[in-house]
Amino acid sequence: MQRYILKRLVQSALSLLAVTVIVFMLVRLSGDPAVLMAPPDAAPAEIQEMRVKMGLTKPIYIQYGNFIADIARGNFGQSFKWDKPCLDVWMERFPNTMLLAGAAMFFTLLIGLPVGILSAVKVDSWFDRFGKIFALMGQSLPVFWVGLMLMIIFAVFLGWLPTSGMGSWKHLLMPAFTLGWAFMAAITRLTRSSMLDALDHDYIKMARIKGVSKYGVVMKHAFKNALIPIITMGALNFVFMLNGTVITETVFNWPGIGRLVVEAIFARDFPLVQCCVLIGAFFFIFVNLFVDILYAYIDPRIRYS
Amino acid sequence: MMNLKDLAGKIGIGGLLRKAGVHKIIEATGQVPVIPGLLLLAFVICAIFAKWIAPHDPLFNQLKHALLPPFWMEGGTSAYLLGTDHLGRDILSRLIGGATISLEVAFIVVALAGIIGIAAALLSGYLGGWVDALLMRICDIFMSMPYLIVAIVLVAVLGPSRTNIIITLVVLGWAGYARILRGEVLRIKQGDFIQLAVLAGCSKTRIMLRHIFPNIVNPFIIMATLQLGNVIIAEASLSFLGLGVPPPYPAWGSMAAEGRNYIFESWWLCVWPGLAIMLVVLSCNLLGDWLRVHLDPKFRQL
Repeated sequence: MQRYILKRLVQSALSLLAVTVIVFMLVRLSGDPAVLMAPPDAAPAEIQEMRVKMGLTKPIYIQYGNFIADIARGNFGQSFKWDKPCLDVWMERFPNTMLLAGAAMFFTLLIGLPVGILSAVKVDSWFDRFGKIFALMGQSLPVFWVGLMLMIIFAVFLGWLPTSGMGSWKHLLMPAFTLGWAFMAAITRLTRSSMLDALDHDYIKMARIKGVSKYGVVMKHAFKNALIPIITMGALNFVFMLNGTVITETVFNWPGIGRLVVEAIFARDFPLVQCCVLIGAFFFIFVNLFVDILYAYIDPRIRYS
Repeated sequence: MMNLKDLAGKIGIGGLLRKAGVHKIIEATGQVPVIPGLLLLAFVICAIFAKWIAPHDPLFNQLKHALLPPFWMEGGTSAYLLGTDHLGRDILSRLIGGATISLEVAFIVVALAGIIGIAAALLSGYLGGWVDALLMRICDIFMSMPYLIVAIVLVAVLGPSRTNIIITLVVLGWAGYARILRGEVLRIKQGDFIQLAVLAGCSKTRIMLRHIFPNIVNPFIIMATLQLGNVIIAEASLSFLGLGVPPPYPAWGSMAAEGRNYIFESWWLCVWPGLAIMLVVLSCNLLGDWLRVHLDPKFRQL
């Protein structure tokens, strides 16, 4: 087990390093980083000053060392557009994305879990087939289009919900459902397969013979045992959601991290883009690591493969 | 004496159809996803022959015909079946033109990412050792990156164009093929015919290309079909954010993004491109699932 954890730790550290190298290289490959990092209307003298300030006159490995050292200190540079440290801008927007992803997760579980459980209990019934189609649709529909269609139906035609922006709980419904649907497929399929797995055991037969109610068998005996992969998958999905809000937030003008990345790109505010990508990737890699270790802890077969 | 039931059976429609062997056709085609197949075929034909199929020039704008509704609505004309956009361009023609872009990007991305992935899988799976370790670590790194955000940044830095979208999606896509096909290579490597080939003195290159490669073509085709849909969605998402093929060229994602500004008065601008994406991607997924069941013996029992 320790060996496995060590192996995964090294792997994750390498991934982290690779992401920093890629971001570092990207900024340099795309031309003069000083021009990229300077405000769009900077004079040549200012750009030269930027070049010295960024240490671009030094050898490349020293530049990279400084880059890593800055990140380690939590110094992601200054955003031009907001005229604040990038990390501060990020921190301001992050709670909004958390709120959106949390609400989306709620929708995902609210619909995904019951559909998955019922599909497993009534395998090959019309309900199972409906669940499959529903999940397939979630995977096949582009997120932005789901958002736009909801907008047309509930905001334009019915007028029940506001089209975009953030405010009351009404503003939250459409973006949360849009974001959640894409992830519902995974949760539904996983719930269905792990429930089928759990229902196949002898203790389920035993419980039935003992005369446990149908609800008791399904919920208390099978579902509890099917829950572990669902929880891990849920945690993983939550982080995917945090990273996947770009489109949803753009459609609904939701002031979160995803929208921030897009705004920063179009304002050519590269320090901020860099900050968002690095933090997003760190989250992503860290949670992947956590989930893998948790899985290995639960299922010993993984450790030895 | 012939009873009524036999008579009905003889002259009834069911009987006629049965005589014509229709039930055999239905039995045979019932398993085949006919509708997704036809939809994809239509998509490919539209994409290839866009110039001749499109009723209007997709780039020609005529402001006096701007925002016309589809033909069945009041004010719509049969000249513009699905209506026109904010610049008076024919939406149907733009949809057909968008098919070309989607198909081109999706096909090239899947092919290039597939070639790189297959090469990595063959080297990594067959040679093993440090080659395997190195390639798989690189795969891990690529697979542990947040896909869309990295794609957005890459395209933004490189500059939005068709080539750059393709480069980005290939860079982010090859690792998935490499990872899964490597597993297949490892399995095939155990086969007796590989041992025999080694005994017969085949070179490593020959074993990889002539003996292992043909055996991973089927899993690759399954993956590629499923990936086609994902690539189309990724391309559309980038276009939606304004990072796709630059205007005025009609990409489905950017058509939806343009339509967002007119959502109150002209909802159809957003509806059609999304509907097109949905039909194509759904078809890819259904066909991919079907291929998985029929090409891969492991799944036949399921």
